[in-house]
Amino acid sequence: MTTPPAPRTGPLLEINNLTKRFGGVVALDAITFSIDEGDIIGLIGPNGAGKTTLFNCVTGVLRPNAGQVRFGRQTMESVVGLAPHEIVECGIARTFQNIRVFAGMSVLENVLVGTYPRTQTGLLGAALGTASARHEQRWAHDRAMGLLELVGLHERAEESAAALPFGWQRRLEIARALASDPALLFLDEPAAGLNPVEKQRLLELISQLRANGLTILLIEHDMQVVMPMSDRVVVLDYGKKIAEGSPKVIQQDARVIEAYLGAPRA
Amino acid sequence: MKSGTATDRLSRSTGNQWLSPISPWLVMLIGALALPILHPNVYHLDVLTTALLYALLALGLNIIVGLTGLLHLGYAAFFAIGAYTYGLMNLHWGCPFWVGWIPAGIVAGIAGACLGLPALRVRGDYLAIVTLGFGEIVRIGVTNLDRWTGGPNGLIGVAHPHLWVPGIGDWDFGVESAPYYYLVCLTTAVVAAVCVRLSRSRIGRAWIAIREDEVAAACAGVPVLQLKLLAQACGGAIAGVAGAIFAAKQGAITPDSFDFILSVMILAMVVLGGLGSIRGAIVGALVLGCLPEVLRGFDRFRMLVFGAAMILVIRLRPHGLFGGFERRIRITPHAQPATPSGRA
Repeated sequence: MTTPPAPRTGPLLEINNLTKRFGGVVALDAITFSIDEGDIIGLIGPNGAGKTTLFNCVTGVLRPNAGQVRFGRQTMESVVGLAPHEIVECGIARTFQNIRVFAGMSVLENVLVGTYPRTQTGLLGAALGTASARHEQRWAHDRAMGLLELVGLHERAEESAAALPFGWQRRLEIARALASDPALLFLDEPAAGLNPVEKQRLLELISQLRANGLTILLIEHDMQVVMPMSDRVVVLDYGKKIAEGSPKVIQQDARVIEAYLGAPRA
Repeated sequence: MKSGTATDRLSRSTGNQWLSPISPWLVMLIGALALPILHPNVYHLDVLTTALLYALLALGLNIIVGLTGLLHLGYAAFFAIGAYTYGLMNLHWGCPFWVGWIPAGIVAGIAGACLGLPALRVRGDYLAIVTLGFGEIVRIGVTNLDRWTGGPNGLIGVAHPHLWVPGIGDWDFGVESAPYYYLVCLTTAVVAAVCVRLSRSRIGRAWIAIREDEVAAACAGVPVLQLKLLAQACGGAIAGVAGAIFAAKQGAITPDSFDFILSVMILAMVVLGGLGSIRGAIVGALVLGCLPEVLRGFDRFRMLVFGAAMILVIRLRPHGLFGGFERRIRITPHAQPATPSGRA
């Protein structure tokens, strides 16, 4: 269904001078970096550094005050100003830091919602239950069940999403995001609150997604997750990009250590 | 796409899913249709007809409030718009009921979308106030535009439905009870079937997703504004059709048939049945529609008992009679998981 991506052919997402102010607070101060296709980029920084604000600005939840965000496989197109659902249609999907599964729906239905941008049935088709509507419904079910198998939730497809344990809800969110068939996936602290076993499974899942050609931007506090997974790491502090580079370089960067641990005593 | 066990399993379960909601309903529908023959009591039929008309309204409001989660306190306005659309078309152009219900639904649906455009910029409590205002504006507007609507006296002499029956010829429904009962019964059945299908379709799921978490729905690719407008339009259209039936049944309509209390009653029916539940909306409407008549024995204390009964339900079943998590999709159990595949 998806064309097999040719890895590392150039940037998939370009963020240029992205700025977001809340009143007098500059949450994002002229952030510039790009993400190459097939890469996993780690986005780290102390609390309040602007990581989630950056997610929100790129996915259309917030409108940036200045700067460009361009995205695309063949032609790079600006996504600033588009509504969140239009950005999903372009191929960027996300999960949330505070889990936001649809509590009143079953696990399977949660993922089915994610297939919305890839299905077409209109009001009449849905109301009359036409053959094409049923065919599409079956396609969506198959796709959703396939994704639930991928994240290991297929056994609980019928259950209420609210009844799932915390760690499983995180995986459900990932399945829901994947249902829109994204080229780029934003994961907002996927390891937060997970126990070591769940964390290990998450690492395996991320590796598998990458093996399938997905490009990932990963916000994470847990260095055991970010450092082994990321091709490159971008570090934010007080809304500014303070460093960018391979995990090895970042681990030795003086400014990063200072942001996390404080300045060394003279 | 995946093949093998998962696909087979799912096609079977989706196949069943399209038939399963129909069969128990069919039994109930046949029972409802047989009732006037088995129990030809005009008073009971009239009460039931009114209650079923409420059920129709509750089904429409359930789309807006129950599925999409938009609190609406002026729903009676769509009912009025439908009733007046058919009434005026009939009085001025002699439009028969069998044609008139269609524009009644369309006009009320458009009114729903038009209200939605400005109103959906606000949320929660504020939306409730805006819709409350809308309901009052329509009622007061209809009362005061007496050049067109007959003002407080309303429209008089709206034609009852006619049918051409082989052997009898032209048959006027007139003031009989059974024909209206059948008309409302069948309309409610059709609308309920459509609602069941809608609620299990991608559109219904998107509505529920908006109710559950608007931001997450938008980020899952759901065009939130468009679907909210669609919900308002669908809910409005159903009320419009109900309004046309009401006008044709009464033969005369006045603005005070569409007051705030009606909007509140319909909302109470949807809440009592359980937000988002289609059988809940129908049962809630039948209970609240019939209860005041059943309680006539209590005479002056009727409304007191009515209120106490509602409090009791809310106390015992806070999510409504049929509320809470509902299994809309069933999957047949299976043996072992297939090997995980890539992004399908």
